[in-house]
Amino acid sequence: MTNPMIDVQDLRIAFGPKEVVKGVTLSVPAGESFGIVGESGSGKSTVLRALAGLNQHWTGEIRFEGAPVASKRPRAFFRKVQMVFQDPFGSLHPRQTIDRILSEFLSVNGLDDVDGRVNRALDAVALPQSVRFRFPHQLSGGQRQRVAIARALIAEPKVLLLDEPTSALDVSVQAEVLNLLGRLRKSHGLTYVMVSHNMSVVAHLCDRLGVMQHGEMVEQLSVTDLRARRATHPHTRELVELGQALASTA
Amino acid sequence: MLVDIENLRITFENNGKRFEAVSGVSFKLEARQKLAIVGESGSGKSITARALMRLLPAQAQVTADRMLFDGIDILSQSEREMRKLRGGRAGFILQDPKYSLNPVKTIGNQIAEAWLTHNKGSKKEARDAALNLLEQVMIRDPQLVLNAYPHEISGGMGQRAMIAMMLAPNPSLLIADEPTSALDASVQAEILRLIDELVDTRDMGLLLISHDLPLVSNFCDKVSVMYMGQIMEELAAKDLAQAAHPYTKGLLNCLPSLDEPRGDLPVLTRDPQWLEEQAQ
Repeated sequence: MTNPMIDVQDLRIAFGPKEVVKGVTLSVPAGESFGIVGESGSGKSTVLRALAGLNQHWTGEIRFEGAPVASKRPRAFFRKVQMVFQDPFGSLHPRQTIDRILSEFLSVNGLDDVDGRVNRALDAVALPQSVRFRFPHQLSGGQRQRVAIARALIAEPKVLLLDEPTSALDVSVQAEVLNLLGRLRKSHGLTYVMVSHNMSVVAHLCDRLGVMQHGEMVEQLSVTDLRARRATHPHTRELVELGQALASTA
Repeated sequence: MLVDIENLRITFENNGKRFEAVSGVSFKLEARQKLAIVGESGSGKSITARALMRLLPAQAQVTADRMLFDGIDILSQSEREMRKLRGGRAGFILQDPKYSLNPVKTIGNQIAEAWLTHNKGSKKEARDAALNLLEQVMIRDPQLVLNAYPHEISGGMGQRAMIAMMLAPNPSLLIADEPTSALDASVQAEILRLIDELVDTRDMGLLLISHDLPLVSNFCDKVSVMYMGQIMEELAAKDLAQAAHPYTKGLLNCLPSLDEPRGDLPVLTRDPQWLEEQAQ
């Protein structure tokens, strides 16, 4: 049997005396897209940040392709796993050109063919070459999020960790970014873990999802089961009903 | 008629370049009526609401054929009179309570302060009024929240406190600019229900600014859809599903669905003609 791309066993994270992630176990096979939903404070982003290596104080076991990772990640780890953040305003350096933002990873890792890689990354996210020498403030919100995705792709990763990648965007732009993420997963053979509070977005992009409440993953189910109303945990049902009520037109 | 705006135009001038952010917006709002202005970021919905309270920076040039609030001509009021209106006859709720509450004052003191600004009475009376208002916005333990600082309470609670503050002077109009966008889905529904109920029981008018078409359609009577500074169409909230304008349809159609899988989401194609049609 091949190893799952991501395997998490009994992940626990505490901030001071307060435990905010209380033993989360999940497994994501290669090429799958896994969603984590929950209300604010449920610990969903904290799980993602631990996977990304942004929080080093956790216990339990995290494995990527069968190999356990240490708290502090080696540089090679980031060639395999990249993250995209919620707010494209906050995650791009305001005084660096797009070219500089995209090529930083290449120079840090001593990779060659900078021109080709930057151009291919821009192509992949359907941005024109002309944005290469612009600054983030000269781009629209959707273009900025594309740059953030391009920056993640330039590492040629196997896993993309997505933290609310469309919540700061208008719905029309959200549609473009969701289409892009869906396409990239197929063309680049990527594995996604996406955190979102929006059930419809998760249902659209993911195959399976986990529902978090008070630091625990209370249920894991397939999107097919979710759509067919086969969720068993009351909190999942509650979230589905809410998502439905808020999305329905009068 | 609570609000009557005819041909509102807001222009910004920067380095000699003029930019018209709102071009000829008109709408009317009656007491007990709920109107939503919906649009994407940059459509001019927030500055339309701010213009009504004259809260725009000095470089914004605001003109209108008519801009009346409860019969008062907003454009000709003195700043002193405007201060009485703002937070007095008209309350303004903003998106994120984290930024609109004073972090170094207790909730109780902030509400009491709002009450004292627009009512005459002792500090004791103001405090009692604050407690009473917190009860009205359905806070379970008002005594506790009264003495709490903003960082000690949740976002939903903070938004309730903001609403309590705005209710203090008994306004006839409530303007809510994305009041629930920073909140969880469950809290969103609660806050909207609360606003809905307060508007009904207090005979207020509600002007709700939002980017979320389906959400507002559940809570408002009328919806105005704004795009690039113009109103594309105004329709009854219950008719939203039968919207005629391609922009409104496009916005509704590009949402992912919880019920059924959708392949690629349709992407909105913006027609420059939308803006010309309105101009004539």
